[in-house]
Amino acid sequence: MSACHDCNDCPSGGVVELSSGVPVKTVAVVGPPNSGKTTLFNRLTGLRQKVANFPGVTVEQHTGVVELPDGRALNLIDLPGIYSLAPRSEDEQVAYDVLHGRRADTPKPEAVLLLLDSTNLARHLMLAAPILALNVPTLIILNMADDLRNRGGHLDLRALAAQLGAPVALVSARSGEGIDQIFDFLAGTMAKPKPMELPILQDVPKCREWAGTVGSRAAYRAPLPPKWTRRLDGVFLHPVFGPLIFLGVVACVFETIFIAGGPVTDWMQGLFDKSGLWLETMLPASIFTSLLLEGVWRGVGSVVKFLPQVLLLFLFIGILEDSGYLARAALIADRTMAKVGLQGKSFIPLLSAYACAVPAIMATRTIENKRDRIATILIAPFMTCSARFPVYTLIIPAFLPNRGILGPFTQAAALLGLYVLGFVVAIATARILKSSILKSGRTPFLLEMPAYRWPTVQSLGLRLIDRSKVFLYRAGTVILLALVVLWVAAHVPTQNGHAPKIEDSLAGTMGRTIEPAIKPLGFNWKIGIGLLTSLAARETIIGTLGEIYGMDPESQKMDMQKALHSDLTPGGAVALLIFFAFAMQCFSTIAVVRRETGGWKWPALQFTYMSVLAYVGAFIAFHVIR
Amino acid sequence: MLQLSGNSGTVEAPLATLVDLHKGDAGILDRIDLPGDDARRLMELGFLPGARVTAGLSAPGGDPRVFQVDGSEIALRRETARKLKVRVEKRKAPRTK
Repeated sequence: MSACHDCNDCPSGGVVELSSGVPVKTVAVVGPPNSGKTTLFNRLTGLRQKVANFPGVTVEQHTGVVELPDGRALNLIDLPGIYSLAPRSEDEQVAYDVLHGRRADTPKPEAVLLLLDSTNLARHLMLAAPILALNVPTLIILNMADDLRNRGGHLDLRALAAQLGAPVALVSARSGEGIDQIFDFLAGTMAKPKPMELPILQDVPKCREWAGTVGSRAAYRAPLPPKWTRRLDGVFLHPVFGPLIFLGVVACVFETIFIAGGPVTDWMQGLFDKSGLWLETMLPASIFTSLLLEGVWRGVGSVVKFLPQVLLLFLFIGILEDSGYLARAALIADRTMAKVGLQGKSFIPLLSAYACAVPAIMATRTIENKRDRIATILIAPFMTCSARFPVYTLIIPAFLPNRGILGPFTQAAALLGLYVLGFVVAIATARILKSSILKSGRTPFLLEMPAYRWPTVQSLGLRLIDRSKVFLYRAGTVILLALVVLWVAAHVPTQNGHAPKIEDSLAGTMGRTIEPAIKPLGFNWKIGIGLLTSLAARETIIGTLGEIYGMDPESQKMDMQKALHSDLTPGGAVALLIFFAFAMQCFSTIAVVRRETGGWKWPALQFTYMSVLAYVGAFIAFHVIR
Repeated sequence: MLQLSGNSGTVEAPLATLVDLHKGDAGILDRIDLPGDDARRLMELGFLPGARVTAGLSAPGGDPRVFQVDGSEIALRRETARKLKVRVEKRKAPRTK
């Protein structure tokens, strides 16, 4: 093997050079799972990134723009985490196709950033051989430089670069150490060693042997095991304290969201109410002002006010995930989940589903076993998501005073009961699915335990911004549209140029048309209109009832909770709560299930199952309680 | 460090499985009795014939258990660990059977 010590003038034998001066258009980031790809991608692109799916497959596509110090801009694609380039899983297939320029939707990358974990170099180097064999200019980035140093590891970068025939940079994506070298590479100003002919190895043991040899020739000394991770695991995986801490963490997450989130939500509501009144005085009274205030402002406000609470939940999940605790939680949860036929990895999506089923369903991608994954997707919408929360907190206090045996905790207990109900039905459903249509073969359960790390403010911040965008986008599109359509339907056909009485309007007619079907559940036509609009998104029912009550002279003066009393018996209220606990009223969830399962079969089955369950559950509740 | 110096304290034993390893025990992986793709996944994570595998902590009840292999910590369920045959290299305390 030849060594090349002055690499500035090395010939480029066969390797396509980054021609300096001409901007590289697309650069791919490749690396095994847990190599810190997301952290690096966030550091390089910051806010200039977007998440989508590769068309036709369920693999997530992160793209972003990197701005070089000289002002040029590059497109960066973050490819899925892979251990090898052998295209077996969907993730590997996408990575393989993109790198070979075989996807019509993605240009062939003109350079590759290969990210490896320097604390586990020998194993991660296995991916270097197939990537370098692509003959695309590649920078090998060894991440976690700080960990390697602190734990007494060592490496001769120059020797490694010579061994691999590619430039090597030792960085810490978390702290930003060494990131300049990546910019140098992208700008085409980085020194390159002489290219090497690398062996093409399909066989894993041979590949590992090669990686080990390369590592030892580069004087690689593996770092000591992470001391703090061992110590923390001694506590978090302790036979007694481990499960207690686990339960404590889950309880703490919910407690904080409800206790701290409640006042913020009330404050947001006040903000929308006040600004609505202010707008009313500022704008001339007209049909459009009425649309703006009743349809748009109040309706969208009734959803947007929950943003702080949703973000709080995502913040918690982000901290748990980025710190590495979630992998331990999955380990502890595995045996319990196995009892209903699922596995520990289902725990993470199911916990996220308490915020929103959409990101939860996307998070099922970490489950390799396809049947386990589909079962998790199918039960995730039963978890009490943040859209059900406002519906519950509207109806419970309206019908259940804080009196009786439980005193001031009555309403909280009822709310908790609904959470438990959703969970129990989810578990029962999983059991049925896993012992029938989704009975799985034996795919081994493998869970890599990452070292504990401090979550970075940047990565948590980007996560929250991303979630806010999704949430506000929904409020501004699906929910807004549903409420505007409702407003129009409630104002036609006009009678002598005036809006009709609500029961004579188009919306009223539709409500009365479905009334016979929902009467057995204790719902009248007004609730019926709410059920129709909440098909788009659950929380829309609040804006809808607000609009209807606002138009009806009888209920205009009452607050919503009083007005509800004229439409629902206590039995009807319980039926409505149960209906919302079970029904799949969410366009976004249906869309994401279709996308993730690759067709209409599963979302159709899921929608039918949940609707039937909701109807039967509400029917029983109404007839038992009245 | 888990590295053993030479053979001191080592008891060579017939083939056992990863399930037989108690916390702190180490073994040299001999073979994986799983279908091709599953075995390959395990190998990519470091479970290669000849690799030293050390049993670590576990979830309550001992299943799944974390194994240290090739610089990583990987949790396996008992049903999978049973398919990984090892030559036990070190026992923390003598056990019967």
